Amino acid sequence: MNDAVSRVRVPPKAAKGEVIEIRAVITHPMESGQRVNELGQRVPRKIINRFVCSYNGTEVFAADWFPAVTANPYLSFTTVATESGTVTFAWVDDDGTVYSASAPIEVA
Amino acid sequence: MIPALNPTPSPLVGEGGKALGSRHAAPPTPTLPRKGRGNLRAVILVTLVFVSSAVLAADQAPYQIGDQRSGYTYLPPELQAQQNDELGNQGMLWVERGAALWRAPAGTAGKSCATCHGDAAASMKGMRASYPRWNDGLGKPIDLEQRINLCRTEQMGAEPLAWESEALLGITAYVGRQSLGMKIALPADPRLEPYRKAGEAFYNQRRGQWQLACSYCHVEQVGHHLRGDLLSQGQTNGFPIYRLLWDRMGSVQRMFRWCNEGVRAEPYDFGSDEYIGLEIYLAERGRGLPVETPAVRR
Repeated sequence: MNDAVSRVRVPPKAAKGEVIEIRAVITHPMESGQRVNELGQRVPRKIINRFVCSYNGTEVFAADWFPAVTANPYLSFTTVATESGTVTFAWVDDDGTVYSASAPIEVA
Repeated sequence: MIPALNPTPSPLVGEGGKALGSRHAAPPTPTLPRKGRGNLRAVILVTLVFVSSAVLAADQAPYQIGDQRSGYTYLPPELQAQQNDELGNQGMLWVERGAALWRAPAGTAGKSCATCHGDAAASMKGMRASYPRWNDGLGKPIDLEQRINLCRTEQMGAEPLAWESEALLGITAYVGRQSLGMKIALPADPRLEPYRKAGEAFYNQRRGQWQLACSYCHVEQVGHHLRGDLLSQGQTNGFPIYRLLWDRMGSVQRMFRWCNEGVRAEPYDFGSDEYIGLEIYLAERGRGLPVETPAVRR
C-alpha cells in the first residue's frame, strides 16, 4: 500500500523550552497475521513495526509496534521545542517500505 | 462550518432521560445527619435532573431535532471527542485522500473534478445535505456516490469507481465534508415521494431468517443494548462513516447491507432502487440533523 495517507500536527510556532504536543495518524490495515480468509488460508502479517519521529535529525520519539496495534494508528506524544527546523516522521512497514511525512516548526 | 460540534461531550442518556450505566449516575450524596436527609436528597435530585437536562439541551442542540437524534448522541464521550478532533478522527484520512483525487485528472477527457467544479469548499457546499436527488438522464433518484460516478463516466471519460473502494469513499467523504454542520434537507421534489414511501415500507418490513424489520431495533428498541452496542435511531447524517468495527470508512449502503445480513436477509445490490429509497426515507426522517461526515461510529 504505497498510497498510504498520513496526517501530522506540529505546532507551527513555539517558544524555546516549551513542551509541544506532536500528533500523527496514517492509513494502514495493520493485518495481524492471525486471521484467515474465506478459503481458510492465513492472511499474511503486514503491519507497521516501527515508528520514528526526528527533530532536526535527532530522534525524539520511537516506538516498536506489534500485531495488536489498531488499523490506521494514531499517536500523540510531547517533546521540548529547542530550535527552528523540521520534524520528520517515518513509519516502517513489514515489507520494508518507509512512509514518511514532515512538518516545519518555528521556535522564537 | 460549525465550530467544534460538541466541545464538552454530554453524558449518555437513554430514552426518557434516564442515565445509562453507573458511570453516569448522580454522584453520591455527602453524608448528612439522619434528620432531614430525605428532603435534602429530593432537592438535590431534582436540582440534578434540572441541571443535567439543561446541559443536555444546550450541548446536544445541533444533534437533536425534535425526537430525531443523531447517532452521535449515542456515542460515549471519548468517541464524540474523537469525531470532533480533526486529526484523531481517522475518517479525515479519507477526506485527505479525496482532496488529492479531486485535483487528479482521470479518464480520456483529461479532466479532474476540479476542472469543472473548482474549489470544492464553494462548489460542493451543501451537496451532502441535499442528496439523494432526482437525475433526469436516468429518470430516477441517485445518491452522492452515484453522482460522482456519473461525472466520471459522462464528463471525464473515466471508469466508474467501485463501491466501497478507497477512492470512491475518499471523494464522497471529501465532498461530504464540505457540508459539515449543514442541516440535512432534501429538495422538495414530488418525484422523490414514491421512493421515500417505498423506503418507509422497506424500513417497516420484516425480512430475513430472523424476521426483523429495521424499525424493530431502530425505532422500538432505541436506547437499549444489542449485546454490547447501544441501539441508535439509525440516522444517516454522518455517512460515510469511520466505523471502528470495520477499521475503515464505509458508505451508507454498506451499512444497509451489513444490517440486512445481520438479520440474515439477502442484501440488495449497492445502488439498488430499494436502498436509494431507504436513503431518501432516512434523510427525510432525519431532516434538520447536521452533516457530520466523516462521523466516527462503533
